[in-house]
Amino acid sequence: MDSQVTRREVLKKGLIGAAGLTVLPSVIAACSTSSATTAPTAAAATQAPAATPTPNANILTGKLTLGNNHSDASDLKGVNAINDAFKALTTLAVTTNTVDHNTFQDQINNYLGATPDDVFFWFSGYRMRFFADKGLATAIDDTWAKVSSNFTAGFANAVVGNDKKVYGIPVDYYPWCVFYRKTLFADKKYTIPATWDDLITLCKKMQTDGLTPIAFSDKDGWPAMGTFDILNLRMNGYDFHVGLMTGAQKWTDPKVTAVFQKWATLIPFYTHGYAGLTWQQACDTLVRKTAGLFFLGLFMTGEVATVDATASADIDFFPFPFMGNSFDAEQALDAPIDIAMISAKSPNLAADLVNAKAYMEFWAKGSTQLLMYQANNGFIPTASDADTTKFDVLTQKAVQIVSKAQKITQFLDRDTRPDFAGANAMQSFLLNFLNAPTQDLAKLQASIQAFWDALPVYAGN
Amino acid sequence: MSELEPQAFAPAPATAGAGAPASAKRRRRHYSLLNRRDKLLLATMVGVPLAIFLVIIWGMTFVSVVLSFTNWDGVNPIAFIGVDNYVQLFTTYQFFWPAVFHNVLWLLFFVAFATPMGILLAVLLDRPLRGSGVYQSIFFTPVVLSLAVVGFIWELQYNALDGFINSAMVGMGWMSPNGTIDFLGDPSINIYAVLVAASWRHIGYIMVLYLAGLKSVDPSLREAAAIDGANERQTFMHVVFPVMAPINVVIIVVTVIESLRAFDIAYIINHGKNGLELLSILITNNALSEAGLIGFGSAIAVVLLVISLVPIVIYLTRVMRSEDQ
Repeated sequence: MDSQVTRREVLKKGLIGAAGLTVLPSVIAACSTSSATTAPTAAAATQAPAATPTPNANILTGKLTLGNNHSDASDLKGVNAINDAFKALTTLAVTTNTVDHNTFQDQINNYLGATPDDVFFWFSGYRMRFFADKGLATAIDDTWAKVSSNFTAGFANAVVGNDKKVYGIPVDYYPWCVFYRKTLFADKKYTIPATWDDLITLCKKMQTDGLTPIAFSDKDGWPAMGTFDILNLRMNGYDFHVGLMTGAQKWTDPKVTAVFQKWATLIPFYTHGYAGLTWQQACDTLVRKTAGLFFLGLFMTGEVATVDATASADIDFFPFPFMGNSFDAEQALDAPIDIAMISAKSPNLAADLVNAKAYMEFWAKGSTQLLMYQANNGFIPTASDADTTKFDVLTQKAVQIVSKAQKITQFLDRDTRPDFAGANAMQSFLLNFLNAPTQDLAKLQASIQAFWDALPVYAGN
Repeated sequence: MSELEPQAFAPAPATAGAGAPASAKRRRRHYSLLNRRDKLLLATMVGVPLAIFLVIIWGMTFVSVVLSFTNWDGVNPIAFIGVDNYVQLFTTYQFFWPAVFHNVLWLLFFVAFATPMGILLAVLLDRPLRGSGVYQSIFFTPVVLSLAVVGFIWELQYNALDGFINSAMVGMGWMSPNGTIDFLGDPSINIYAVLVAASWRHIGYIMVLYLAGLKSVDPSLREAAAIDGANERQTFMHVVFPVMAPINVVIIVVTVIESLRAFDIAYIINHGKNGLELLSILITNNALSEAGLIGFGSAIAVVLLVISLVPIVIYLTRVMRSEDQ
């Protein structure tokens, strides 16, 4: 618990650092040249990725397998571009095993416990520590020692396990914000709501204008978690959120009741039939201007580009409105960090470990992460040496919002134990609430707490 | 195999050291068309599948039963916790009884609607009908489609935002755009929407099974019935249907099995939450998901096994009784 609090507090400082990147490149240039790999500068790498196969100190032999959960077309393109660049540098071809993002998540336990790939993508925070505690991940302290100078303390703390060892390389992150279309706001003369009351007023106005005020969907089960998180953060603050997610606080707490009651006032503004819609469908209503606002992760820009590339430049966002209480100062938000990890039970790991660590090192470079960012700008690079001049306006704004946040959380299903966050668990409870916001909340909260209490004891709690 | 032929009808060679009269006696008593090699071959052909069956089916079943008394997470050492999983399942676990209810509903819907519908189509298509093959193909197509495709097709029909059914109703002016029916998200109706989608496949499956049975009914029976003045309905009810008894049993068994193993369409739609809980999905979400609650998932699997044993036992006793006769 304590370590988590400090981790997140430090993270915010780290991201402030990330925002002020202009001062960093010289430092990074110094450390990357001192490392074993050639580490071309960000600019050189993006212009001519395969330019320097000269002394062949980087040549790797053998094999390397990658469990890739970046299954969306644009994301897969990014992974492939990175693997190509890695091959150009080391001549080693990475065998990529791409699995649908949600399927990968569902099967992670069996996957890591059976015959996983050498390297895989996963989530930082509680979810990483959960599997590290189970002995399903390989610590990479030696690799981390080589690359840690390229990460701010916030990111660094996000990859430390309960045993104080490092288990991952932060590869990207994305904040959750409220998205809107600039032209729609200009046409209708809407202003960006800074407070909760502004938000309600805006929603009512949109409703009279014939719009769906808030695009919302929850067939996937997780989008509702984002709204719960932000309301909980705004109303009860960061510490309560962390306590709730780790079991120190009870779901029967009146503070949780207050969150549900507040949420109930938003539901009339949601898309009709949201419980049967995917987030992509909700996103499309924003793109088509039938909905005014959309609260989701920055990765939604990938969907916008797919549906209507011309709308991409018209998308903008703002932080979720504030409640006017003492927690406003936290400016907290969900900004989950994705990481690359090395498995523990890969059958080839003994032979592939050198390659796997070289690959992790490769992912720790800004130039590598930028390739991913160029494929889908929802993946903001975590490395300090990433060339921020390559960031688009939205990303720079996202970095700015995150850097202002005094507290950063990882998202409900990444901040709590996986057996609590699934389909027949928290996803069901939140849908239950959404279906009947006026129900007996005490009863619902009691059933959530009963569910938590029935879960097996987990040592890492 | 040709080298075996000369030996095939020869008496089995006497075992070394046996006395002549004894071996002659034994040879007569155990006279067999099979020599030792044949027996070995047969034993292998029967034994290997039997062993595989025992290991993969009953071995795994046994392991599931054992695991249901543990809190195994797939990684850490197994610890036995008695019947805790079952107590939790029957008392506090709030997704269990809805899942049981949905499975029962599934069975009732199939028995009362989908299976009779498939039989009806089979009977109709069994008559001399122009283009019967075309109709058969059309009704059978859903069975051939992959379930991912079936799920996708029905999502396109049901969607509240731009699905075919709702769009058509709005287009006709029968519904306001904000009054569309949320077939997939409304927990009070989505199970029925899924049942319709599942029936779409099931009807075609039953139709083909039944049609194959109908084709094998001796035509002279129908002629005899016609001569006796029976109309078509009477012929089917009193002559054809009773003759089809073996097929009918198969149809019933198939219907029950399909209902108990109901999984795919509901899982594709929303991973079995919000009104679409099913026992099979609860097993998956607990034992095979990120949660890794293998012990608890196994307990649900054992419950499903016990439920499944009821129709299996009824079926087997019936088959064995008819064989005895």
